[in-house]
Amino acid sequence: MPISKIWVVAEAADGKVTTSTLELLTWARATGATVEAVIADDGAKVAAELGAFGATTVHATGDLGGSLPGAPTAGAIAAAVAGGAPDLILLSQSYDGRDIAGRLSVKLDRTVLTNAVGLEVEGDNVVAEHAAFGGAKIVKATFTGPGPYIVVVRPKSFTAESAGAAAAAVSALSVPDLGATNGATVTQRHVEEHTGPKLDEASLVVSGGRGLGEAAKYSMIEDLAKALRGAPGASRAIVDAGWVPYAYQVGQTGKTVKPDVYIACGISGATQHMVGMKGAKNIIAINKDKEAPIFGIADLGIVGDVHKVLPKLLEALQSR
Amino acid sequence: MNVAVCVKQIPDPATPGSLGSDHTLNRDSKLILDDSDAYGVEMALRLVEAAGGGEVTLVSMAPNSEVSGLRTGLAMGAHKAILVSDPVLKGSDALGTAKVLAAAIKRGNPDLVIAATESTDGYTGTTPVQIAELLGFPSVTFAKKVTIEGSSVKVERQTEAGYDDVACSLPALITVTAGVVEVRYPSFKGIMAAKGKPLEELKVADLGIDAGSVGWAGAGQQIASVTAAEARQGGEIIEDDGEGHLKIVAFLEQLKVI
Repeated sequence: MPISKIWVVAEAADGKVTTSTLELLTWARATGATVEAVIADDGAKVAAELGAFGATTVHATGDLGGSLPGAPTAGAIAAAVAGGAPDLILLSQSYDGRDIAGRLSVKLDRTVLTNAVGLEVEGDNVVAEHAAFGGAKIVKATFTGPGPYIVVVRPKSFTAESAGAAAAAVSALSVPDLGATNGATVTQRHVEEHTGPKLDEASLVVSGGRGLGEAAKYSMIEDLAKALRGAPGASRAIVDAGWVPYAYQVGQTGKTVKPDVYIACGISGATQHMVGMKGAKNIIAINKDKEAPIFGIADLGIVGDVHKVLPKLLEALQSR
Repeated sequence: MNVAVCVKQIPDPATPGSLGSDHTLNRDSKLILDDSDAYGVEMALRLVEAAGGGEVTLVSMAPNSEVSGLRTGLAMGAHKAILVSDPVLKGSDALGTAKVLAAAIKRGNPDLVIAATESTDGYTGTTPVQIAELLGFPSVTFAKKVTIEGSSVKVERQTEAGYDDVACSLPALITVTAGVVEVRYPSFKGIMAAKGKPLEELKVADLGIDAGSVGWAGAGQQIASVTAAEARQGGEIIEDDGEGHLKIVAFLEQLKVI
C-alpha cells in the first residue's frame, strides 16, 4: 500500500500554529494524496493556517480542559485510526509531540521512529533519517510490519511554505474515556519573559559552555546575544550543571538550531553539541584549547579565553 | 513511598561509539550509568527521604549481565536493582524495551516511576511514555521540580514558553530533565554497601513476555543504511593576541550582521 493518506499532529500556541507543524504539512502535501491535521485544541482557530499549508481537514478535539495533551490526543487518534487509518502519522519533536507519539505507539502497537531530520517514501515504506554519533553518521531506518507508520520529526528538517490553499474543514475528534492515564492536569502556566527571538528561530545564536567557569558568567552570553539581537543557547554540560534550564540546550538531546551565525563560547564541541548546531551557515568559536573539536567546523576560530575576549567584544559592539 | 527508576547503562560517551555489522551499537566495552539517569536516581532518593520511608528500585535492561552502572546507582543510595538481561533482547526497539521495562517495574508495584527524558546514546525519547501507557499510568514529562502531596505528584514541567504547574494522580511516571537536582557522589561507605544490595537478574521468560515481541523479532523497524555525514570544513583559526575580538567584529561586518 503506497503512502497516500498522511496525518500531521499539529500544535499551536496562543492560536498560532507552530512552525514545525507547518514544516510537516509542507512535506506531507508534496508526498501524500490526502493530508489531514489533528489538533488537541479548538479547530476553528487554526483551520485557515493549517489549510493554507495543505491540510484539507483538521480533526480537532476541542479544548482539553487543562489535561496534558499526550494521553488524550493519543487516545483520540487511536480511536479515529480504527475507523480509517492513515498510512503515516507525523509529529513534531516537541515536549508534547513525543508524549503523544509514545502513547500512540503502544495503543497501536507500532514502533515509532524519532529524531528524524529527513524523510523519504520508498515504495510502500517510509525511510526516516537521523543523526548518530553526534552527527558523524547518518542512519536511515525503515519500518517492518504494517502501518500506520509513526515518525517524530525534529524542527527545521523541512522548509515551511504556504500553498495558499483554502481553510481546512473542521471535523470533531472525540476523546475516549482514558481512566487513570489522563490523570495529569495543568493547574497554572508560567510564561517566562523573553526579550529577543526564540532560540530555534533566531538568525543568530550565542551559546555558552563549561569554559565560562561559573553560572554567573552566563550573563556574558545573554548580553552578547542581546547586543546582536540573537538568542542565547547552551551546551549540555552547563544545563546538566544547573546553570541554565533545559530549554536553552542546543544539541542532540536539546534543540537543533540553523541560524545564519552561531557563536560558540567556551564550548569544546562534544559530538552531542555539534549535531544541534553544525547546520548553522557561519560558525564562530572562542575556546582556549586549540585542539577543541569545535575548531574543526568553525569558519572563524579564536583560540583564547572567553573571559577576556567576550568583554572586549561586547564593548566593541556597544561602542558602535 | 516506593519509586522505580529506569536506568540505562551505556558505553562511555567520552569514547567514540561504533556500530556493529548488524547496525546495533557496540556495547562490548565497559558500560557506565547514563549521566542523564543520575538525576532520576537522585530525585527518587530525595522523594523517598522526604516521604519518611520507602524504597528506590533501579530497573535496567542490558546485554551480558552488565551491572556496573547499576552498582553506581546502588552506591548513591538506591535500595535494590532489577536487571533484565537476555540474548533475545538484542535488536529491541524503543517499544520492545518499554514492554520489558514495564513488565519488570510492574512486579514492584511502585507509587512513582522516574526516567530521564531520553538516553544519551540512542536518544529516542519515547520509552518512558511508552512504559507509562503499558502500565496504565499518567505521565508528566520534562519535570524540573517534583513534590509529592498526598496521593498526587506536583510537577513543574518545562515548556517552550516557561513552565507549567502540573498535578497528577499517583501512581504515575515522570521524566526529569538534567540539572534539576544536584547529584550526590557515592561515598566510600555507599560503594561498599552497594556490593551487598539485592540485584535481581531476570530473563524475558521470567517476565511472561513472548520472546517474539522483543529483540530483532519484535522490532518494528530496521536500519536501511549507515553513512558518513558530510564533513564541514574548518576555516581560519587564530590565537587571541588581545585583538581577537576585532576579528569577530570584522567577520560579523562582512556577514552584514552589524
